[in-house]
Amino acid sequence: MPGLHAGIRSVIHVLPNEAWTGLLFTALLIEQLLNGLQLGVMLFLMAAGLTLIFGVMGLINLAHGSLYMIGAFACATVAAATGSFWIGLIASLAAAAGVGAIIEVAVIRRLYDRDHLDQVLATFALILILSEGARWLFGSFPLYLDIPLLLQGAVPLPGGGQYQLYRLAIIGVGIAVAVGLYLLISRTRLGMRIRAGESDREMIGALGVDIGTLYTVVFALGAALAGLAGALVGALQSVQVGMGEPVLILAFVVIVIGGIGSIKGALVGAVIVGVVDTMGRFLLPSLLALTMPASQATTIGAALASMLIYVVMALILAFRPSGLFAAQA
Amino acid sequence: MNRILAASLLGLSLATSSLAHAEPVKIGVITTLSGGGAGLGIDMRDAFTLAIKQSGNKDVELVIEDDAQKPELAVQIAEKMIQGDKVDLMTGIIWSNLAMAVVPNTVAQDVIYLSPNAGPSALAGANCNPNYFNVAYQNDNFHEAMGQYANKDYKNAFILAPNYPAGKDALTGFKRYYKGSLAGEIYTQVGQTDYAAEIAQIRASGADSVYFFLPGGMGIAFMKQYAQSGVNIPVMGPGFSFSQDVLPAIGDAALGVKNSATWSKDLDNEANKEFVEAFKAEYKRLPSIYAAQSWDTANLILAALSKADVKDKDAFRAALKAADFQSVRGKFVFNNNNHPIQNIYVREVVKEDDGTLTNKIIATAFDDHKDAYAEKCSM
Amino acid sequence: MSRETTVNLLLALLLLGTPLLAAGLGEPFYVTLATRVTVLALAAVGLNLALGLGGLLSFGHAAFFGLGGYVAGILATHAFNAEPLFADIPATTSMPLIWVTAAAVAGLVALPIGAVSLRTSGVYFIMITLAFAQMIYYFAISWPAYGGEDGLSLSMRNAFPGVNTAKPLPYFLICYAALMAALLLFRAIEGSRFGSALQAARQNGTRLAAVGIAPFHIRLVAFAVSAMITGLAGALYADLNRFVGPSMLSWHMSGELIVLIILGGKGRLFGPVAGAMVFVFFEYVLGGITERWQFFLGLILLGIVLFARGGLLGLLSGKPRHV
Repeated sequence: MPGLHAGIRSVIHVLPNEAWTGLLFTALLIEQLLNGLQLGVMLFLMAAGLTLIFGVMGLINLAHGSLYMIGAFACATVAAATGSFWIGLIASLAAAAGVGAIIEVAVIRRLYDRDHLDQVLATFALILILSEGARWLFGSFPLYLDIPLLLQGAVPLPGGGQYQLYRLAIIGVGIAVAVGLYLLISRTRLGMRIRAGESDREMIGALGVDIGTLYTVVFALGAALAGLAGALVGALQSVQVGMGEPVLILAFVVIVIGGIGSIKGALVGAVIVGVVDTMGRFLLPSLLALTMPASQATTIGAALASMLIYVVMALILAFRPSGLFAAQA
Repeated sequence: MNRILAASLLGLSLATSSLAHAEPVKIGVITTLSGGGAGLGIDMRDAFTLAIKQSGNKDVELVIEDDAQKPELAVQIAEKMIQGDKVDLMTGIIWSNLAMAVVPNTVAQDVIYLSPNAGPSALAGANCNPNYFNVAYQNDNFHEAMGQYANKDYKNAFILAPNYPAGKDALTGFKRYYKGSLAGEIYTQVGQTDYAAEIAQIRASGADSVYFFLPGGMGIAFMKQYAQSGVNIPVMGPGFSFSQDVLPAIGDAALGVKNSATWSKDLDNEANKEFVEAFKAEYKRLPSIYAAQSWDTANLILAALSKADVKDKDAFRAALKAADFQSVRGKFVFNNNNHPIQNIYVREVVKEDDGTLTNKIIATAFDDHKDAYAEKCSM
Repeated sequence: MSRETTVNLLLALLLLGTPLLAAGLGEPFYVTLATRVTVLALAAVGLNLALGLGGLLSFGHAAFFGLGGYVAGILATHAFNAEPLFADIPATTSMPLIWVTAAAVAGLVALPIGAVSLRTSGVYFIMITLAFAQMIYYFAISWPAYGGEDGLSLSMRNAFPGVNTAKPLPYFLICYAALMAALLLFRAIEGSRFGSALQAARQNGTRLAAVGIAPFHIRLVAFAVSAMITGLAGALYADLNRFVGPSMLSWHMSGELIVLIILGGKGRLFGPVAGAMVFVFFEYVLGGITERWQFFLGLILLGIVLFARGGLLGLLSGKPRHV
């Protein structure tokens, strides 16, 4: 990629020539790919719950981002009180699952037999309630949460770069969750019921499964995954009200690309979105710098990069209207 | 005899003053009190109401409304305040884009607006207005100061900001005074929360310093991730990203970072000491720069009210322009475009004995700094 | 006259009477508030055509609302600075011209968006319309020419021949007339053969295809017309606020438009009007009472969707519809 290489050099313009050996460029590229993967894995944690809830209960949950926020707030608060990130992490799972179960019983349960429109409005209302409620409880200022001591530092990459240990750990957690979900759904009794629920809702009722409990459990599971994502990302970002909304939109993009209801689709979609977004931000300004002045290229490149995943999504849906791995016809 | 005369004079002056202020002065405060950006608006409101309360001036009535950081809502509230509440003065807006939506139409209706925070360049130059007073700064100022200061130690800076007008103004402001070369210039997405890709580029760029303007949660995310990444190129930023409202959330990652501001808690003047003490006593937290600017706005208004009747617009504008008040920033004068001429300092983030993170002034970047747009203003 | 028709008439009179009364009492702000209700209702009438009649749950109508707004803003800015638009096409501050342009631009953009989106259905349709709106939103934020995130401030309202648009009441009447015209159009479409086909496509697209009508084309036309009405509303909204910015394009705006329709009652002629009246009322009243207003607004919305199926008009006129 000599042309691109030159483009990157002209955006990061005043590097000494010897710094631009192919090796360094490769290291940067690998690092950015890992960054894309990490973003994707984080999106997968959000999207898995979202797609599971849709697949089993047929529900669009706009408030999923609020559960992410609750996870981050719980982790930050408990970590600040106990001094341990890990206790905070457990608290985030518990808090998000708990709030998820309460919401399911109090509100969501009444929405399963409604059309998507009512679901959109009700969960939109939940966003308002949960965001403002969180501000009521935790105040208006962002909270502090740092990565645990155990995971600080970086590991060397082939080619001379290095990569942050914590981000590698997030990738690991994401892969573990993906494997865990696969085993849960294919090997356990709960998974069997979930699969049954996806294909025929009345049938599992007739088989004597308590659908109400099953739904609450699935919703709480999805919520816990969102809470986990929030806590993990909270250590990297700002823990504040409204942090769930940008992620929510991206998670929706992910499940739509992957095919709604499909965990595998969510994983593939998440990695596509993560990598495309990261590489777009990294490469687009550089590519444009080949054809226009660098200052213009950075602005226009950034503008195009922010639209890129939506373009990709529109393209995928234009050719596969039910996503890449449509679970149901 | 003398005593009687004094008493009756006092009675007379009381009578005239209550006559002059028969109608209370109404001040409309539009600020952000809900949603993710509420912290700034709450600091603004708290300092403003405290200043009014401490003055003991009973003739000031505040109308405070939440704009939820939405321009359309801010416009609606402004219309309500002007047409419905018939306010005499308006203030409170934190964000530039909301100010751009509200201020032009407000001042066009001959209502005086005092900005406690935002200072978009579009309102400072050719479109300056006698009814618009900026008590805070022009948006470029903090960045210009850091550009100036960077010349001392650095020759190859990497600069980044969000891809929107304030972001471009910020980097333009930095480059206006910075003389070295640029190791890179990046515009990030608005609302972006992950900066791993940008930090990787910074690491690879060979820069000797980094300057960033990323307001709110974006800045918190960037600083945390930057510190975690282990890149040890020194970072500089505008004071907003290291203000008292966000420092606790960034934590030790902010320690030692140099940032520019017109105010700091440790600025040595009487007004500032009083302000910091009063704010701490009332709200049990340290004031942010937004609180300081808002406190100044309130005191500027109070000072002008003691000199002129708010209904006499010309006299009141002149009283405001005289800026005859004790600013917590020390010397404070209005330029021809009603924007401040003031010192801009470089601060460093330090930890106090009790573990609180805060800022300490280490240098003065500019004495009596004026903004770059004033000469295009015909006032 | 059915009960719903009576309710509709009362709503129309209430929306007209309140600002007239407020203007008479010297309270111009309430005229402005009523104008806001009217314009939001108009935008939602547009969406109601796609959503209520066609069953097309677009989560991206903010795109058309914002586009309309930007058309007004850009034309006015160019006219104010006496710059031609492209080559020698002059800009304009004439409202009727701006409206036509806004509706045309919204409609033209809606055609390709609809052509891609309508290949999908259900949640996919919701999300792909959202994706297109997000594209335009991000474009508006990062494109520097027209203000980016700061948006565009109009120095004065655009002009309508023979009317002083700067005054609240005349401007309200213009918007009110536009809303009534759109409602008449909605009623006409609903009763037309095209409307029947659209509703048939919602209920059973396959059957419609079997009788030789392609649901795709019917829906595409409905989507475009719907976008045109919402685009017109966007132009009026820009003039109301004398400001247009990317927040008009945000997904919150799309969500709010949907909220208006469900609040009022989806597919009902006056649903958007009732929804807008109630929404703006709550926003205004709650915002004056507490800074936690969004919390209570959420509770109220939740209560309505859970316990008042068919929206407010369902409650008022006492019969379910489109269940």
